[in-house]
Amino acid sequence: MAIDKVWVVAESSGGAPTSLTLELLTKARSLGSVVEAVAWGGDVASTAGELGSHGASKVYDLGDLGDALPGSRVAAAIAAQIQAGNGPDLILIGTSYDGRDVAGRLSARIDRPVLTNLVDLTVEDGVPVAHHAIFGGTQTARSRFTAEGPGIFVVRAKSFAAEPAGGPAAEVAPVEVPEAGATDTARVRERHVEERTGPQLDEADVVVSGGRGLGQAEKYEMIEELAKLLKAAPGASRAIVDAGWVPYAYQVGQTGKTVKPTVYLACGISGATQHMVGMKGAKNIIAINKDQEAPILSIADLGIVGDVHKVVPKLIDALKARA
Amino acid sequence: MNVAVCVKQIPDPAAPGSLHPDTKNLVREGKLILDDSDSYGVEMALQLAEHAGGGEVTLVSMAPNEETSGLRTALAMGAARAILVSDETLAGSDALGTAKVLAAAIKRAEPDLVMAATESTDGYTGTTPAQVAELLGLPSVTFAKRIDVSEGSVRVERQTEAGYDEVECPLPALVTVTAGVVEPRYPSFKGIMAAKGKPVEQLKVTDLGLSPDQVGSAGARQEVTDVAAAEERKAGEIVVDEGDAHERIIAFLEQLKVL
Ligand SMILES: Cc1cc2nc3c(=O)[nH]c(=O)nc-3n(C[C@H](O)[C@H](O)[C@H](O)COP(=O)(O)OP(=O)(O)OC[C@H]3O[C@@H](n4cnc5c(N)ncnc54)[C@H](O)[C@@H]3O)c2cc1C
Ligand SMILES: Cc1cc2nc3c(=O)[nH]c(=O)nc-3n(C[C@H](O)[C@H](O)[C@H](O)COP(=O)(O)OP(=O)(O)OC[C@H]3O[C@@H](n4cnc5c(N)ncnc54)[C@H](O)[C@@H]3O)c2cc1C
Repeated sequence: MAIDKVWVVAESSGGAPTSLTLELLTKARSLGSVVEAVAWGGDVASTAGELGSHGASKVYDLGDLGDALPGSRVAAAIAAQIQAGNGPDLILIGTSYDGRDVAGRLSARIDRPVLTNLVDLTVEDGVPVAHHAIFGGTQTARSRFTAEGPGIFVVRAKSFAAEPAGGPAAEVAPVEVPEAGATDTARVRERHVEERTGPQLDEADVVVSGGRGLGQAEKYEMIEELAKLLKAAPGASRAIVDAGWVPYAYQVGQTGKTVKPTVYLACGISGATQHMVGMKGAKNIIAINKDQEAPILSIADLGIVGDVHKVVPKLIDALKARA
Repeated sequence: MNVAVCVKQIPDPAAPGSLHPDTKNLVREGKLILDDSDSYGVEMALQLAEHAGGGEVTLVSMAPNEETSGLRTALAMGAARAILVSDETLAGSDALGTAKVLAAAIKRAEPDLVMAATESTDGYTGTTPAQVAELLGLPSVTFAKRIDVSEGSVRVERQTEAGYDEVECPLPALVTVTAGVVEPRYPSFKGIMAAKGKPVEQLKVTDLGLSPDQVGSAGARQEVTDVAAAEERKAGEIVVDEGDAHERIIAFLEQLKVL
């Protein structure tokens, strides 16, 4: 199966393609000769420039979906294109809230399997091969489809670096979204935006994360203060997200964000495999843990065996003194 | 209101996992337990059914070797009954094959609401619930962190990148829950005793009107070609804090030109 046409499900936020979308487009360029994007929302035209510069020659514009959740409609629209004979050989979808809905529904609609949680995608003998990090990233499994395409691949964020190739803006091609019936009856009544300042967790150069070792919710302020001083994004382990100390958006790991900063500073985090799979890609890891045996220390470039309540306040004071 | 809850029974996640050297399927030997991620769906279903003034909570599971240990845990929490699909032809199923089985089994329960976790602990493709919803022709709301049901519709606070959305959806519908949605109860002694007598309907693939080539490794249409150890990160310097560890951190950050 030669790979000719590759589609990227292109999500955007605030009028610009998400970084995950640009990562997928960058990869798509090395996979097929034709790269096209599928996008929705009221402002697809304004994203065409960036989609184009990252490799998309065309963007199929599904239009403004209003209050509908994207999953069902986007899957229906892509399925209709495939059934009309206009489909791609390969579809790349990001591991995001809406991306997984689109992937699942599309898979069932066109009766094609999915390969998920990709951290890399290569082509061997003309066949796309998916690479998955399994068992907390200790092993890599490679897999491929054994039946006819289009192959649906769901890729984790930060698997590829986004790089513009300098192409012209993508041609905007409006497409009809077919009726999706009962599957398309969920409606957003209100959107809540949680205020955050400073760099974004998945884009920050430095990430300072806190875990259960902080002892209590109030102590997370220490992490926020340290993050501010280092111009870092604050992050968290799932233990303290589940405990309600910080919002889910802070979570690093298998079920949270994947981060690849220059420095990842883990404070009171044990280093469970599900946490490590989200931060092992950091260039440098610093960990503070009072337990010498904590797994996080086995991957830290600088491991401090110590009490976060002692080390972190001193670190904060020292940084303040420099400012 | 009747609720069907998908519950996956998985190898103990505390034990190190492994893949079978030939089939490259996850080794699922020994006792399987209730996936912790599904205990939230079970609890939520019990509370919603109670709130709605009655109705049954039915568990739906696909697992090898007629495994019921995990189901008994969820029955002990209070679910009324379970449907278990266990069949040798299901070995090696992919997410879509699993969804076909679950969808066919769920149909038998005629639920007003279907619940699942956003992703399982062992396979974590996170696509099965959306596949089930599409196969059943149902709307779905994934990543719920709060759920309320009233007058034929479900209202969900859905986690988003920016915060959360309030989403409304008519029933019947499928909802996937995150860990934060509710605090699961521990089964009581009474619950554990009662669970022993609760009905578990055991089904085969053909009972569901599916043909064996749609499921299992035959239906999967994907294969794991090889598995290798990932590159390991090595430990660097370990320093025991004697009151000056913060200086080491600062020196390291300076060296990296972060400071
Ligand atoms: C399906 C699934 C998905 C998951 N996804 C994620 C995920 O995305 N992200 C994630 O993080 N987790 C995830 N988890 C949870 C994960 O398994 C761990 O439970 C979690 O990461 C533990 O968080 P923690 O390190 O903060 O807490 P703990 O494991 O309790 O560790 C606390 C650490 O703090 C240390 N400590 C205690 N006091 C101090 C002190 N005063 N000073 C210094 N150190 C101290 C302790 O030595 C210990 O090492 C997932 C689990 C499952 C089953
Ligand atoms: C490391 C690993 C990687 C894999 N990668 C892929 C892949 O890329 N593509 C693919 O198609 N398959 C893959 N599989 C196989 C896949 O995990 C199984 O097919 C599994 O039966 C269904 O997927 P899941 O556990 O990932 O479900 P998820 O979609 O993560 O599960 C979400 C929820 O659906 C419900 N659910 C799922 N399975 C069951 C069940 N058996 N009984 C009851 N409820 C259930 C539960 O509520 C669960 O929490 C992989 C398996 C492993 C071990």
